[in-house]
Amino acid sequence: MFDFSYTIWIVLIPFFLFILIGFLGNKFKPAVSGIVGSAGLFISWILSIYTAYKYFFVVGRVDDVYQQIIGYNTLWLRFTDTLHIDMGVFIDPISVMMLIVVTTVSLMAHIYSTGYLKGEKGFERYYAFLSLFTFAMLGLVVATNIFQMYIFWELVGVSSYLLIGFYYTRDTAVAASKKAFIVTRFADLGFLIGILLLSYYCGTFDFLTLTSPTGPAIGTPPAATFIGMSVLTWAMILIFMGGAGKSAMFPLHIWLPDAMEGPTPVSALIHAATMVVAGVYLVARLFPIYITVPIALQLVAWVGAFSSLFAAIIACTQYDIKRVLAYSTMSQIGYMMCALGVSGMGGHEGLGYMASMFHLFTHAFFKALLFLCAGAIIHAVHSNYLHEMGGLRKYLPITHITFLIACLAIAGIPPFSGFFSKDEILVAAYHHDTALFLIEYVVAGLTAFYMFRLYFGIFWGKKQDYHHAPHEAPKSMTIPLIFLAFGAMFAGFIPFSHLVTSDRHIFELHTEWIIAIPSIVIALVGIGVAWVMYLKPTGIPGKIAHALHGFYRAAYHKFYVDELYLFITQKIIFDHISKPIAWFDRHIVDGSMNGISYVTNQASDRIKGFQSGQLQQYALVFVSGAVILALVFIYLWT
Amino acid sequence: MFEGVPLSWFLILSTVMFFVGVYGFLVRKNLITMLMSIELILNSVCINFVAFNKILFPEHMEGMFFTIFIIAVAAAEASVAIAIIINIYRRIVNIDVEKMDEMKY
Amino acid sequence: MNILLLLIIIPILTIIGILFTRDNKQVRVVSAIGMTFQLITSAIIILWFLAERHAGNTAEFLFASNYVWYETLNIHFYIGVDGISVAMIGLTSMVIFAGIFASWDVDDLPREFFTSLILLSSGVFGFFISLDLFTMFLFYEVAVIPMYLLIGIWGTGPRHYSAMKLTLMLMGGSALILVGMLGLYFNSNPAGGPLTFEIPEIAKVNIPLNTQLFFFPFLFIGFGVLGALFPFHTWSPDGHASAPTAVSMLHAGVLMKLGGYGCYRVAVFLLPAAAHELAWIFLILTTISVIYGALGAIWQKDLKYINAYSSVSHCGLVLFAILMFNETAMNGAIMQMISHGIMTALFFALIGMIYGRTHTRYINEMSGLMKVMPFLAVAYVIAGLASLGLPGFSGFVAEMTIFVGAFQHADTFHRVATIIAASSIVVTAVYILRVVAMMLYGKINKEEYELITDAKWYDRMSVGTLIFGITAIGIAPLWLSNMITNGLGPMIEKLLPGMN
Repeated sequence: MFDFSYTIWIVLIPFFLFILIGFLGNKFKPAVSGIVGSAGLFISWILSIYTAYKYFFVVGRVDDVYQQIIGYNTLWLRFTDTLHIDMGVFIDPISVMMLIVVTTVSLMAHIYSTGYLKGEKGFERYYAFLSLFTFAMLGLVVATNIFQMYIFWELVGVSSYLLIGFYYTRDTAVAASKKAFIVTRFADLGFLIGILLLSYYCGTFDFLTLTSPTGPAIGTPPAATFIGMSVLTWAMILIFMGGAGKSAMFPLHIWLPDAMEGPTPVSALIHAATMVVAGVYLVARLFPIYITVPIALQLVAWVGAFSSLFAAIIACTQYDIKRVLAYSTMSQIGYMMCALGVSGMGGHEGLGYMASMFHLFTHAFFKALLFLCAGAIIHAVHSNYLHEMGGLRKYLPITHITFLIACLAIAGIPPFSGFFSKDEILVAAYHHDTALFLIEYVVAGLTAFYMFRLYFGIFWGKKQDYHHAPHEAPKSMTIPLIFLAFGAMFAGFIPFSHLVTSDRHIFELHTEWIIAIPSIVIALVGIGVAWVMYLKPTGIPGKIAHALHGFYRAAYHKFYVDELYLFITQKIIFDHISKPIAWFDRHIVDGSMNGISYVTNQASDRIKGFQSGQLQQYALVFVSGAVILALVFIYLWT
Repeated sequence: MFEGVPLSWFLILSTVMFFVGVYGFLVRKNLITMLMSIELILNSVCINFVAFNKILFPEHMEGMFFTIFIIAVAAAEASVAIAIIINIYRRIVNIDVEKMDEMKY
Repeated sequence: MNILLLLIIIPILTIIGILFTRDNKQVRVVSAIGMTFQLITSAIIILWFLAERHAGNTAEFLFASNYVWYETLNIHFYIGVDGISVAMIGLTSMVIFAGIFASWDVDDLPREFFTSLILLSSGVFGFFISLDLFTMFLFYEVAVIPMYLLIGIWGTGPRHYSAMKLTLMLMGGSALILVGMLGLYFNSNPAGGPLTFEIPEIAKVNIPLNTQLFFFPFLFIGFGVLGALFPFHTWSPDGHASAPTAVSMLHAGVLMKLGGYGCYRVAVFLLPAAAHELAWIFLILTTISVIYGALGAIWQKDLKYINAYSSVSHCGLVLFAILMFNETAMNGAIMQMISHGIMTALFFALIGMIYGRTHTRYINEMSGLMKVMPFLAVAYVIAGLASLGLPGFSGFVAEMTIFVGAFQHADTFHRVATIIAASSIVVTAVYILRVVAMMLYGKINKEEYELITDAKWYDRMSVGTLIFGITAIGIAPLWLSNMITNGLGPMIEKLLPGMN
């Protein structure tokens, strides 16, 4: 058997980079950090590619079944004899695929950032955090057990927090980072409780045991129930809550648009391609258990579908290009979740699973590309807002072409990658539930519309008076763009059904033209509408907005979810729980302690008053005491 | 000498003296007067001692001795007390007992 | 000679050394040297302990010595350590070491200050190595009394009030403890014959249930006061707010752990049956402590108050875990004590340093400090992340061990309590990030803050030691966990009959 233990270095290299850059970064010129970080990650990337090659094409497949291999494992912390956290590398199709995605996009972001953040203060800090993130994300995808995943899950959360708040002097960035951390933290509480439930009833954290068909979760599921649902269902729903938080599913999505306050390469890496798909990855990782608890899986499907529609509608109304992309990300992740939710197990039944992973893979390329293009655009015009852009195609030719490729890919126009993966998702949804299919179908049209709204708005449309002529980004930024554009163009031709499937058996895939053609049509319709409305400045968008007044306003204000959260946190938790508790503590609990001392003081004051210092008073008391005693004795003795 | 004077007369006398003393001690504010009241109390006790000794146990002398002791102690006490009173007077130019509560705590 | 005695002798020698110093600088140097030796001694004890265990020495207490002290009442000076006390010794020496450096710039009566501080620490060391209830109590008092002077003389704000409150409440607690200990003493030999204060001896005795039920609340509440058990925690915010930096560090970092340790070693270990019977009451109280402390912290504006309430929450978790009566949760409890000890000491050290520079502790009066004092700010962020239970720091290890352990009880009551306690990690994130965002991030709001200098070498020394502690445990927790588990054996054996 091939020894995969070297794979631990894929994870550890970024960790050592973090330590190195974190401690020594400020001793050298800033550029050194960037070069060291990129070079280190390049090694990780090569190792990942090598691993993928070895796994998929040389040793991984035995009798048409991909093996699950523990590449490396070491005991980290022992709770009980059966429950212990290991740190290791788990190698199976999805983890290898994720290794490729994470290292590729991260490498691109590293290279891109050397140009994008050139001359920024805190350059080495940025690279240290980026390495930390890459380490955490890689640790997450190769987790051998659910607790290892939780550990790295938290670590990606914190590195995301640190990177969103990179511009720490900007109040919006600080608020966004705080929000992102707290919302995902809240979701992680669900994840944690889910893990505790699952591990208690199954007696293990280990993915291999948990997902084995004869294991404690699937073979002999726990019989206990709670409020009408089996504990397993509860556990899986709670774990999905964690996934939904990280993947910005409704209603835990509110942090993602704000997270765009971070530097753009960070948005590309963390909030588009890798971290936000961790939730999808989590559900995929535990998919064999999800399939045994249909309620939880239904929930996954509907939350995914609803989020994708919800986000797509909001995306049509936003003007900040990064926010549009953020909602687009949310929408696409909704797609992936929905695909998992409609999937079955094994062979062609498991089409949704395969499609979801496929879409995750292609999405990583085209969405990272979109963000990096957006970065290049922002770099050129120094604004995030659509109405301050226009006619940029002449100034930024490379960005223009790559952005167009990404837009075509996300819109699902063949032969770009998005078409293939999105089509499979629609097929899977069509065979499972018509309602879900219709939602996703509409979303496909909306996606094409809002992406081309951006495209026409940025590169065509009215030319603005720029302060100084926008210029194309430096090579360090365009090379990643071109690389990712190739990915976005050709990733769709990878035969995913031969690589990543629900039961790791390979199956043959055939395009169902009955779904594919309408989906191309609706994408073209979306593009066409955008063409009409935004190629030249027209009054149509304003009229439509006016006609749909209330709805438009609601969508523009993101359906007031933020306000709702603000109400819950600010009004209920802060003002109506925390403040009274602080008051209660000061005045009731502490008051009663002070009260005891007050009573003691008062009592001593009273007793003290008896000691007046008046000699004659003492004498009177003495005499009367003597008299009373005398009377008592006389009375008693006679 | 005392033949014919019944014991109860002595006791009535000493009781009256005692309570006059107690009354004086409790109500008079002047320290000297209070001292005099204490003397009254002591002397009433002395009368009791002497009377009981003479009438109940004429062959013993303990009552007499005790009385002499009391007189000696009373003299000593009077001199100490007056010394204190004079010192207090020097300090606060007053011998009113109600003013003297500085050491109450 | 027993190596454990060094832990008491070194502080005393240091104090004598301080008496012969001539100026402030010498006082500091002598204290630092003494506490460095103390740290080294503790490290040697830990390594030696691990080596002994590795070599197969299975005695319950290692390095034990037993000297008769007062024969009439059968009081012994009986010392020895197991995995738990060794861990606590390590914690204490680390915190006092950092505390000395954190109070490097005390200029007001430094000789008296360092003397009291070191005396206090020697009381703590004595407490952790004692195996005789009487000497344990004696050292407990030695640890508490100097606190009054330290807060009353070198404190800030309403220091007399706080010092009085803290001392009186802790004395109230120790009165309860004394009653409980005497209760144990007079029931230590039901067959007749000499009574004893020795913990291992009392542990062998089967005390009747009614007696246990009577004395358990005395001991648990008595130690609970020190461990900030709701509703006896209110000395903590005021006391910490008024105390000088090193005292807050030592107090929150170590003295509050005496409470948890006492609950574990005395109350639960010696009265297991009563512990089982009454656990539910105290579980409710500790669960309240955990969530209440966290929610209370959100509203505070003073850094020290925030941290004091946070300590209430975290120390509540210690007692909560002890009451779960299983190996995993108890292991978590001990780890939480150590983790919280180091973490909160770090917090108080940093707060002291920040206060020394900005002259305010109100978070709404500070902003953008990250720019002018990056070292302290980063350290504060690290402390905050450790406090909210981020993996890679000790807090995560401890909290997860506690939650996994607590979840081994399948009944609804324990489950609900655990989930409520676990939800505190979200609330913790809220108040920690709020402070970080308000105080460190943003733009500088006052001109004079532009002139602030970053940490001095002694500040770095203090902060570095503590950060090293939390990350070392957080990244490689296994050895500590094993060492503690090893010490839990007798406790679990004693508790098991009650479990059924």
